[in-house]
Amino acid sequence: MKKLSARRRHPLAAVVVLLLALAATGGLYAAFAPAKQAQADETSQSLAIEEGKKLYTVGCASCHGTGGQGSSDGPSLVGVGSAAVDFQVGTGRMPAQQPGAQVPKKKVIYSQKEIDQLAAYVASLGAGPITPTKQQYDPAGADAAKGGELFRTNCAQCHNFTGEGGALTHGKSAPSLEGVDPKHIYEAMQTGPQNMPSFPDTTMPEQQKKDIIAYVKAVNGDETESPGGLKLGGLGPVSEGLFAWIFGLGALIAVAVWVAAHTAKAKKS
Amino acid sequence: MSTTTATEKTKRQAPAGERVADWADGRLGIYSLAKANMRKIFPDHWSFMLGEICLYSFIILILTGVYLTLFFHPSMNEVEYHGSYVPLQGVLMSEAYASTLDISFDVRGGLLIRQIHHWAALIFVAAMLVHMMRVFFTGAFRKPREVNWVFGFLLLVLGMFTGFTGYSLPDDLLSGTGVRFMQGAVLSMPVVGTYLSMFLFGGEFPGGDFVARFYSIHILLLPGIMLGLVVAHLILVFYHKHTQFAGPGKTNTNVVGMPLLPVYMAKAGGFFFLVFGLITIVAAIASINPIWALGPYRPDQVSTGAQPDWYMGFSEGLIRVMPGWEINFAGHTLVLGVFVPLMIFPLVLVAIAVYPFIESWVTGDKREHHLLDRPRNAPTRTAFGVAWLTWYFVLLVGGGNDLWATHFHLSINAITWFVRIAFFVGPVIAFIITKRICLGLQRRDAEKVLHGRESGVIKRLPHGEFVEVHAPLDQADLHKLTAHEQYAPAEIGPEVDENGVRRKVKRSEKLRAKLSKGYYGEGNQIPKPTAEEYKEITSGHGHH
Repeated sequence: MKKLSARRRHPLAAVVVLLLALAATGGLYAAFAPAKQAQADETSQSLAIEEGKKLYTVGCASCHGTGGQGSSDGPSLVGVGSAAVDFQVGTGRMPAQQPGAQVPKKKVIYSQKEIDQLAAYVASLGAGPITPTKQQYDPAGADAAKGGELFRTNCAQCHNFTGEGGALTHGKSAPSLEGVDPKHIYEAMQTGPQNMPSFPDTTMPEQQKKDIIAYVKAVNGDETESPGGLKLGGLGPVSEGLFAWIFGLGALIAVAVWVAAHTAKAKKS
Repeated sequence: MSTTTATEKTKRQAPAGERVADWADGRLGIYSLAKANMRKIFPDHWSFMLGEICLYSFIILILTGVYLTLFFHPSMNEVEYHGSYVPLQGVLMSEAYASTLDISFDVRGGLLIRQIHHWAALIFVAAMLVHMMRVFFTGAFRKPREVNWVFGFLLLVLGMFTGFTGYSLPDDLLSGTGVRFMQGAVLSMPVVGTYLSMFLFGGEFPGGDFVARFYSIHILLLPGIMLGLVVAHLILVFYHKHTQFAGPGKTNTNVVGMPLLPVYMAKAGGFFFLVFGLITIVAAIASINPIWALGPYRPDQVSTGAQPDWYMGFSEGLIRVMPGWEINFAGHTLVLGVFVPLMIFPLVLVAIAVYPFIESWVTGDKREHHLLDRPRNAPTRTAFGVAWLTWYFVLLVGGGNDLWATHFHLSINAITWFVRIAFFVGPVIAFIITKRICLGLQRRDAEKVLHGRESGVIKRLPHGEFVEVHAPLDQADLHKLTAHEQYAPAEIGPEVDENGVRRKVKRSEKLRAKLSKGYYGEGNQIPKPTAEEYKEITSGHGHH
């Protein structure tokens, strides 16, 4: 011990102690690291929540309150879940441009990473529907015919036969489903955004949601064909009537004028 | 040698055409008929061809309709679909719907024929309305053509209902909703409503009968009546001879135009093919009633944007804007929200149908009229017509209020309120504005007759004044602008007879005098220039 105490004040003593301390820390870390894997993940989750909160404070808090408790300008976000955030922000509806009957969809201003962070923060406020995985919403292999029946029973009242959209009261409307991401259709059913009722898994199981998405994609997707020709908006008799008047009867009257103008002249030159 | 044989042959035998004609004449006696009518004259004007559009689209409807009946199964038996359209495979539906899908996807040319049939139907009714407006605004409905006006009106109404029963046949979700709507209207009738509904549908809605019943109404009953009316309509046109616009040499007692054969026949025949061709082009490029996208009818399902075809749109408007009032009396419900529109529905149509009779009563004119009015020269009639069209259009807006809302970013409630107010106010405003415009045009005509046409040439007079040179109209134009006659308002006559005793004036007589004043009184028509005025102004004093 004497030797040790004698060298206590050696110029290199501090270096040695530091090395020893580092070795001990490293050794301990090496020993406990596998067990702490999960905890490391949670750190990234809490990081996402942390980041999400920052984004939230800048973009959302003015209406939804600093803690997501809501205000006179926006509803509480406690318990809406990450799916609601992914839908509202992912379709550009949120952040809203202005108050009104309904917040329309517009250009998305957050990146998907930022949306996930926001979703993580809002999800941390209270349990709610979780953002679906691709496996949940991918319509591949689902039954479009069954989806059609479900669509006509549950969705067509507002969204029209093939999801072209329709009017609701006082300036509100059910949007067109053309070109909407299957994930967002799924989330909309799950969370019931704005004026839409929600269809949680208890009333509409995952498979049925998939069937509905398959139907929407079959009749109003990118590859949908219109066997009869121009779709005329898919809006039914009103647009057909307009077309018949303008292009049908209009053209016929133009032809009549032409025929009447080209006649055998009786006497006059 | 050969020449002689040829002459011998002609001597022995008349040409084939003549022989056929002779054979037919010997049995049908058509020579005198043809001789009398082949040179029948028809005047030329594009608006006289609107009726032809109706006739030809009606023929197209019959031709394509016959083809469709070959493949359509008017049955409500439930079947499972296994045809070509994938998004409906395995869905339960009526045989009517399934066979319409088959016509659309599995019958050769079926979809095109279906679309021609449906587009032709929309155009048919639209053309009838426009044709009717032409007759209305030019006063062609006056004596002796009132009966033909009524025939035409009946054709319009029957056309509407033939259309309704026709688009209801496929038993799809859209038309099924329309049939449900109709059943609701039937139910709203007090006392008889429920019985009538049960009778129509053979039990509770939708039952298993209505497609078959609508089928025979659509392909047999209504078109049969319509065909008869069309023939009667044409016979009367032939009998009355066609009306014409006033012009040099055109009087109330002659018809100036082209003979039926060959000119008019060639034109009309050619026009038929043009109409058929154009409707086929429309049907080939634009989809109509894509029933596969609508799904089969089920009473528990409904879609937004459920409107009838355009000609029933005004009834949809009536029901959409009517407040949902109802009266409960002694355990019975009177659904005014549906019953009132049901009662106004025929009124909208009858309002225009009875107009000719009202006008002839007001004018007291019993003479025949074969010369057409220019709409401006009958301001009150024109104003009534425009008011009616405004009324009709306002109701169409009400019927499509949801699409107005989504496409113009408006509140559907605001549109509904607009329609409710415009239903009463719109026609009045349209009436006033139209009458003012007509009177303005009459003034301009008078001005033109007296002072000539503005030539655009500016002349500077020696003392520095600038004037525009007016070019006098030629004789034909002068005739056109002054050919119309102007009525004097009907007077009630002296209220006391020659002995000083008060005469009893009937209330209807007073009303008539009042209306007549509204038609022809001071300020309701601009007196047309007289020959004296014209002479005075053109007798060398120069003009401006």
